[in-house]
Amino acid sequence: MASTKASKEQKYDRQLRLWGDHGQETLENAHVCLINATATGTEILKNLVLPGIGAFTIVDGHTVTGEDAGNNFFLSKDSIGKNRAQAATEHLQELNSDVSGNFVEEGPDKLLDNDSEFFHRFTIVIGVQLPESTCLRLGSVLWSASVPFLVCKTYGLIGYMRLVVQEHTVIESHPDNALEDLRLDQPYAEFQNHIKSYDLDSMEKKDHSHTPWIIIVAKYLEKWLSEHNGQPPKNYKEKEAFRQLIREGIRKNENGVPEDEENFEEAIKNVNTALNPTKIPSAVEDLFNSEQCKNITAQSPCFWVMLRAVKEFVHNEGNGSLPVRGTIPDMIADSQKFINLQNVYREKAMQDAAAVSKHVESLLQSVGKPAESIPEKDIKLFCKNASFLRVVRCRSLAEEYSVDTVNKDEITSCMDSPDSEMVFYLMLRAVDRFYQQHSRYPGVYNYQVEEDISKLKACVNSLLQEYSLNVNIKDDYIHEFCRYGAAEPHTVSAFLGGSAAQEAIKIISHQFVPFNNTFIYNAMSQTSATLRLLELNGNLPFADLFSSPNLPM
Amino acid sequence: MADAEEPEKKRRRIEDLTEKMAVDSGHRDGGCDWDGRWNHVKKFLERPGPFTHPDFEPSTESLQFLLETCKILVIGAGGLGCELLKNLALSGFRLIHVVDMDTIDPSNLNRQFLFRPNDVGRPKADVAADFINSRVPGCKVVPHFKKIQDCDESFYRQFHIIVCGLDSIIARRWMNGMLISLLSYEDGVLDPSSIIPLIDGGTEGFKGNARVILPGMTACIDCTLELYPPQINFPMCTIASMPRLPEHCIEYARILQWPKEKPFGETSLDGDNPEHIQWVFERSKERAAEFNITGVTYRLTQGVVKRIIPAVASTNAVIAAACATEVFKIATSAYIPLNNYMVFNDVDGLYTYTFEAERKENCSACSQVPQDLQFPPSAKLQEVLEYLTENASLQMKSPAITTTLEGKNKTLYLQSVKSIEERTRPNLCKTLKELGLSDGQELAVADITTPQTVLFKLNFTA
Repeated sequence: MASTKASKEQKYDRQLRLWGDHGQETLENAHVCLINATATGTEILKNLVLPGIGAFTIVDGHTVTGEDAGNNFFLSKDSIGKNRAQAATEHLQELNSDVSGNFVEEGPDKLLDNDSEFFHRFTIVIGVQLPESTCLRLGSVLWSASVPFLVCKTYGLIGYMRLVVQEHTVIESHPDNALEDLRLDQPYAEFQNHIKSYDLDSMEKKDHSHTPWIIIVAKYLEKWLSEHNGQPPKNYKEKEAFRQLIREGIRKNENGVPEDEENFEEAIKNVNTALNPTKIPSAVEDLFNSEQCKNITAQSPCFWVMLRAVKEFVHNEGNGSLPVRGTIPDMIADSQKFINLQNVYREKAMQDAAAVSKHVESLLQSVGKPAESIPEKDIKLFCKNASFLRVVRCRSLAEEYSVDTVNKDEITSCMDSPDSEMVFYLMLRAVDRFYQQHSRYPGVYNYQVEEDISKLKACVNSLLQEYSLNVNIKDDYIHEFCRYGAAEPHTVSAFLGGSAAQEAIKIISHQFVPFNNTFIYNAMSQTSATLRLLELNGNLPFADLFSSPNLPM
Repeated sequence: MADAEEPEKKRRRIEDLTEKMAVDSGHRDGGCDWDGRWNHVKKFLERPGPFTHPDFEPSTESLQFLLETCKILVIGAGGLGCELLKNLALSGFRLIHVVDMDTIDPSNLNRQFLFRPNDVGRPKADVAADFINSRVPGCKVVPHFKKIQDCDESFYRQFHIIVCGLDSIIARRWMNGMLISLLSYEDGVLDPSSIIPLIDGGTEGFKGNARVILPGMTACIDCTLELYPPQINFPMCTIASMPRLPEHCIEYARILQWPKEKPFGETSLDGDNPEHIQWVFERSKERAAEFNITGVTYRLTQGVVKRIIPAVASTNAVIAAACATEVFKIATSAYIPLNNYMVFNDVDGLYTYTFEAERKENCSACSQVPQDLQFPPSAKLQEVLEYLTENASLQMKSPAITTTLEGKNKTLYLQSVKSIEERTRPNLCKTLKELGLSDGQELAVADITTPQTVLFKLNFTA
């Protein structure tokens, strides 16, 4: 029962409002590979099938056990004894008839032995509950093929995700608290002319109280600049004085009482942000200075060509600034004044985008590609988001695991904080080591819990020694990880299921910003952290434990 | 939608259920369990550990408690509800009730995974219960296709833990108020056995939160009402005469043109009726053209009329998972529960923030202290009404104010019944003094945000 376009619009309405039709299209063209249909795996896949990815393939050589059927919504009692990939595919397929489900009844190691390029066809590969050796092998193959790899693991009450992608560009990052691009500090010619067309003093009362606050601030800024040697208000005292200046502009009635002019109140309220100097964000400057931007070739992805074009624009038509974004916030004003002002910004944005287009054209020409290879609308979208461009680069698994390139400083400094989630990262590495040595995980059977504690401790110590990590891991954690017995409780799997799926959607759609590069969830305390285990000679000089990349809601 | 397929499906599901009942009857639980089924859960119930709750004692009986005795109520069978039911069922809970007053809509299908296109139009609670019961053998989800307000005290009292996946702050506050009303105090001391823990989850796009409320002990919904700022509607003068955004044009068509033109007779605007939306869409486009405003689309029109909040499967999965983990912790004492509020946002990477929301000393819901109303005797009743609705800590919707005058109960103002509204409307223009109210007078206020009336004490200012 394939869906019609109309029924898909209805079905996907709530998510189309987040990533748009173009975002949905990227999902519908994606083919996701899931390795291991454990509870974590099927929960991740469920959250990708429901929003309508084009296709999925489950790779899993395991047979469904009683345990599997107990914690997995997409396996039933009847699945026991069947191949896990097949059983899970049946139940997942059922969630959305628009999605094409496939399965391979073999493990990844065997697959790679027989066909080293098997995984090249996928938009993203998600590996769940993989032993370290398989993980590293896959990591290497996918890295060479530039296929994004998302490693996920639920271990007791700990969830773990690691994103492995060489370079992921984001044009539409949709920042939560974006600053407006108003250019009040450096009004372009058309904006200046528009401001000139207003004479606040001679206006009728109705017009005066319905003049957009942007114009009001612009007018009073002109006044201030003329009285202060061309210097805008800089500190708190000056800004207060500036606000007062505006307040004095409020019309008074016959009795000298100030009228109710909400637009003036808006102007006063917005002074702080309005006076922000127009500046290219440092993140964007960094991108301008990167190798990919400097060396445009025929193989350069569109992102870099457009970025280079914007850089050229900045150094030419832009006079040191990015293309004008072209949007203004709503504000108290009559319709005509608002629309006219909005059009001044819109037209400038179109002009700037056209200039950038010319640069794109000449860049494409210089590398022998047709101008049509980057459509106009893509350039417009790029210009509109010029302040918000992001590039995520994650180091390879090989680098993370290698003794030579492991980031000791990061690990050591995190471990100085008693509540750091870093300890769980180390425990997961230790548990992997245990598995390598004993071909099983610690504490799976009750009788093993006690005796495995010392064995796991030995693994912890050898790990710390091998990487010369001078940290201490309390015995409690070693006991707890034996206690877990490699359990995969459903609720922790489900948490990771939601988290990982959304990261995969970010990778597929190139909208919103993926995490970089290790995420740990602790269900005991309901806390999480993003660890960024950088190269030793990475750009950031200090420990990079992000536990709060954004401000609270 | 309801075609020949549906009765067949329903019949098969009922057969499935009865079959399982035949297998289960006579057994406590063993009939539908299989080897290893609860292995993942048992490790947390049967083994001691260094981070468990101080009250935790490893035993095989905890699992039995979950399977046979522990009763959980899930409020809502939508985006969060479906996830919650799955999570609880796979964590060992079997005695689950679910309440939801809605029927299934096509736009639910991108995340409410217990529903299929054939189920559109059917009650969410019923379909969700059927699905879980048939996919998770032994699980006995009991559906209630009704509003939470249609269930009484005795219904709620039977549950060990209540977990909410609601999409409305009003409903949350009502639920919160209900559990507070169940609390019993002896000599001013709270009886712990009257506490029913409330786990509350909420999501919006890529943001969500999960919180643990122990009514009477920890911060309740109303204690932190300021965390939910009131929805802002566009000012009428903007809509009526000064539109600037496409949204203003849509509101014009919805609020002003529809009641005036009555395009479909006396029917009120139904956001779920595509014909109605189409009408609003076309009027909005006309209005926008008049003012040179661009951007009116069908999707935007629908979004504004229905106040649509974007939603995806992933955020609901995360928040419901966190909530279910807390239900498990509280039911089994396996770990110390979340204390008490977690916020989640995955717009830029993944971000969580966990903190302890504090109780409000004079919370209108849980502090048991009569709320202070400070007004001069010359203030009009209208001002009191505005205070009750606009104050950030109260945010009442349509308060009904009554008091006792000369030994008799008197309604000062009530909006929800037309005849009484008309009768009491003149009171709004009268001063508190004119109404015969005195300093220290107690006013009882009823509102949909709470199942119990809130007591206010009038404090005359100069």
